[in-house]
Amino acid sequence: MAQYLILIYADESAWSGLSAEESAAARAEYEGFGTRNAAAITGGSELSPTTTATSIRSDGAGDFLVTDGPFVETKEALGGYYLIDVESLDEAIAVAKQVPLAIGGVEVRPLVDYGA
Amino acid sequence: MPESAVREALADAHRREWAFVLAAVVRVTRDLDLAEECVQDAYAKAVVAWSQQGVPSRPGAWLTTAARNRAFDVIRRESTARRSLPLLVVETVSAAGQDFEEDIFGDDRLRLIFTCCHPTLSAPARVALTLRLVCGVTTAEIARSFLVSEATMAARITRAKKKIAAAHIPYRIPAADELPVRTDAVLDVIHQLFTTGHTAPTGAQLVRNDVTSQALDLARMLRLLLPGDREVIALLALILLSGARADQRLAADGSLRLLADQDRSRWDASAIAEGAALVSEALRDGPPGKYALLAAIDALHDEAPAWEDTDWPQIVGLYDHLARVWPTPVVGLNRAVAIRFADGPAAGLAALDRLVDDPRLAVYPYLAATRADCLRELGRYSEARPLYEEAILLTGNDVERAFLAERLQQLPG
Repeated sequence: MAQYLILIYADESAWSGLSAEESAAARAEYEGFGTRNAAAITGGSELSPTTTATSIRSDGAGDFLVTDGPFVETKEALGGYYLIDVESLDEAIAVAKQVPLAIGGVEVRPLVDYGA
Repeated sequence: MPESAVREALADAHRREWAFVLAAVVRVTRDLDLAEECVQDAYAKAVVAWSQQGVPSRPGAWLTTAARNRAFDVIRRESTARRSLPLLVVETVSAAGQDFEEDIFGDDRLRLIFTCCHPTLSAPARVALTLRLVCGVTTAEIARSFLVSEATMAARITRAKKKIAAAHIPYRIPAADELPVRTDAVLDVIHQLFTTGHTAPTGAQLVRNDVTSQALDLARMLRLLLPGDREVIALLALILLSGARADQRLAADGSLRLLADQDRSRWDASAIAEGAALVSEALRDGPPGKYALLAAIDALHDEAPAWEDTDWPQIVGLYDHLARVWPTPVVGLNRAVAIRFADGPAAGLAALDRLVDDPRLAVYPYLAATRADCLRELGRYSEARPLYEEAILLTGNDVERAFLAERLQQLPG
């Protein structure tokens, strides 16, 4: 078995612009996805918006540079993730294609396998 | 056994058996690099063994056994170090009732091909990997074919192999529901290889026979492995029918010779006959795919006794159909070219003018060149001139550039 992180990227303003009903519908879609793929999913969550993020970099001299905001500013920001455990990339992609993608898209990244 | 005979047998085994042997060994090593090393080692051992004992009756089986034995040795010795490497996901074949002989010499070539042409690899990486692993072409030769440095090509191949291992791209034949899409991806790789060889995008040579013959070998291999697939049949037909004219595309002085000026008696008649039979097969039983339509167009060209006999209205009809199945700007351009010959330069120009705003054709030399040809035929020389100049700037192929420069120079006024 192989582990993959499915990173969900979306335009945060589009996401926050949803009405209460639309937002509830989107959540229901995600719940449905989670139920249908329960056998593969081992973890995952929605993330609070990048406005709540704090980034920490080393200043190279033993100290830290702590800044408000995401590590990299992008139009489409990381908004959530799933951790899945499946047989191969083909299955990972089959799961990833089912992630509700009304706004945005996903990236599938294999976790490094250090062997048993 | 004389050295030359062994050398010939080995070259033959390299061309015929490389994919078969490598594919079988990958199943054991579950590591592409190690499998390649073992196969190379087997070919090296064959030089000595075959000159002493003669060429075996089944060279592929001999090489597979030698490479697999080598693989078992290496795996035993390096087992601890290898445990930390990601291994290929290989389907486990049930041991019960499995014929041992069949297991050893079972044909894994399709698994290898589908892995090399996996849609999650970049298009250039798919082509390079297929040449390297399925055809056994050296990295240096692939680099020469695509006019990049050997270091660049080696990096491209290494990156793709790493992705296959780390992302667990499976070593298997796709399930029935994804097979058509995945087969299309393989066909596109072979077609891209063929077109790259047929008109080299850059460089001094127009046709790269080494590259087109690899494409032909691959298409034949795929036809053998997926015998029922009509688009596979169609692509093989396309390569045969289009390749049949290759030798006539250059004049003795190395300049470009257009279809209209070629000596049709010197086209490869046996390739045309084989291709034409395959086209009829590919067009039977259902709506034609893009390769069947492309091959049918080539068949019409090949079977016209003279340029004047070309059935342009039917070719336009096939392009109309193709534009629906495969709506790419290049298909639109070729359709416009067919309209030019079916209905005259004014009609051709009108069809071409509809394409000029497509950004995907902005750097494509044939749009400017074809518009220039239509304007020249219409006597609109001052408009043709800048378009020939544009096409000359855009083409990377020396033979084509020389042809366009001559056209420009011969414009009256």
